[in-house]
Amino acid sequence: MSEVTTINAQSILDKLKAKFGEEIFDSSEPYNLLTFSTTKESIVDVIKFLYEDQELKFTYLTDLCGIHYPDQELQLGVIYHLHSLTKNIRVRIKVFLPLTSPRIPTMTTVFPGANWMERETYDFFGIIFEGHPDLRRILNVDDMVAFPMRKEFPLEDPNRTDKNDEYFGR
Amino acid sequence: MSHVKLGEQSIEKETNTLNLGPTHPATHGVFQNVLELDGERIVSADSTIGYIHRAFEKIAEHRPFYQITPLTDRLNYCSSPINNMGWHMTVEKLLNIQTPKRVDYMRIIVMELSRIADHLICNSVIGVDSGAYTGFLYVFQKREDIYEIFEEICGSRLTTNMGRIGGFERDFNATAIAKIKRFLVEFPPVMREFENLFNRNRIFIDRCVGVTPISAEKALGYSWSGPILRAAGVDYDVRVMSPYCSYDEFDFDIPVGTNGDIYDRFIVRNEEIWQSLRLVEQALVKMEKEPKGIFNAQVPDYCLPPKEDVYNSMEALIYHFKIVMGEIPIPNSEVYHSVEGGNGEVGFYLATDGGRAPYRLHFRRPSFINYQAYSDLAVGCLISDAILSLSSLNVIAGELDA
Repeated sequence: MSEVTTINAQSILDKLKAKFGEEIFDSSEPYNLLTFSTTKESIVDVIKFLYEDQELKFTYLTDLCGIHYPDQELQLGVIYHLHSLTKNIRVRIKVFLPLTSPRIPTMTTVFPGANWMERETYDFFGIIFEGHPDLRRILNVDDMVAFPMRKEFPLEDPNRTDKNDEYFGR
Repeated sequence: MSHVKLGEQSIEKETNTLNLGPTHPATHGVFQNVLELDGERIVSADSTIGYIHRAFEKIAEHRPFYQITPLTDRLNYCSSPINNMGWHMTVEKLLNIQTPKRVDYMRIIVMELSRIADHLICNSVIGVDSGAYTGFLYVFQKREDIYEIFEEICGSRLTTNMGRIGGFERDFNATAIAKIKRFLVEFPPVMREFENLFNRNRIFIDRCVGVTPISAEKALGYSWSGPILRAAGVDYDVRVMSPYCSYDEFDFDIPVGTNGDIYDRFIVRNEEIWQSLRLVEQALVKMEKEPKGIFNAQVPDYCLPPKEDVYNSMEALIYHFKIVMGEIPIPNSEVYHSVEGGNGEVGFYLATDGGRAPYRLHFRRPSFINYQAYSDLAVGCLISDAILSLSSLNVIAGELDA
């Protein structure tokens, strides 16, 4: 257990900043989970570094999902949750992409398990994972044209007149 | 998919295509596998999922927190209380609510009972798919007993919608406690009988040992979690790695397998059932030592008041209205919380913007992540082995598609 205490969020962040400098930004620690952003150019290197570092060994991709902030300049985000099973510490990495060209390198080269998670993110947010072996829709029908988890996509048929969600503050 | 040309060693010139699913009785859920077959041997498999996709993540962005609990029911509906409580604990983490110890123990009782129910379904169905129907019928009687306990605690059986932010809606009544105690006495002999039917059964061992094995590295690469990862030899269990709900006070073991084949998955699940029983026993003893009558944290802003109070007291009515309409203070932050579900790490990534509904809610669904390895695992198997392999992964369609 003594090893666990020597590695903490700050030391991981220092390590990353020493290696990647300005490419690591917006770091915070909400609810004790180290969170930082990086760019799409360096995301593969950052994750490979965390994966291969003999001390950290972030070899487990817990989760990968998308997020959409229509008010930001870079609207679409990809969020990675990594877990170091040997040190039992998690990190959250965010990459934001412009709506006009939401392209990011695939993570399937490091984690085979990213395959369906990236397909799901593509399906719902239209984020294109470059180099993905099989980037098709996964949960929605193949001939769908919209990306339904984007904020502008309405939950219900906007032509409905019998129900006004405004009354419920939605 | 197109046919594959076969070489000299095969009687056939090219492969046959077989649609396994989407509504095939052996898949135990709605998903399709297009198989390319050389005789009975699988040359390639292509999985299509999404047949019961219900857009839970989109719906969740438009609903206050309590209305999301029923959505989590319908992820892994074989152990819905774990999902319910995982969701409530995520919100508690967001709001920094500390639950009383008694609530933790009550939750552990319910969660471990649902883990038993979940594993019983999976393991008995492995039996059914390998041609041994009897065990299935034996243990389903006990699964019914678990559902009766749930019914006593919250009023419903399968999709439970159990609990509140901060704990439970009501205390366990005397009947529920009596039923739990009776289950603890009556279940072990049935479980032993179930194990006697399978564990050393020659036919069963022949069908399972060495079928679709997976190495620990590969399983980790696929982000597997839960019993199937532990069967491959990795002792990753959320209950131990990131203890929630006072699991760290309890004494239980994490069973692991060696080569991750169907037999190991089966044995690991059986052993986990015994460990869950230990946990329920311990939790019951601990719960009875705690002061009686505490069943939720005192957080009137977030925990729905009892209905009698709503009708008779002004304050309760105001809180009730505010909670139902979502007029409760929510911080602007993001949180990830995970619990050990029946199939692995059930995670909730919740981003809020201070509004009444989540800004974004993502469910980490273990079935979805585990199942992507299937088209790899099935290659080279006979159809009947592939069916057995599918049931050993315990893919629940609701969790697969969200």
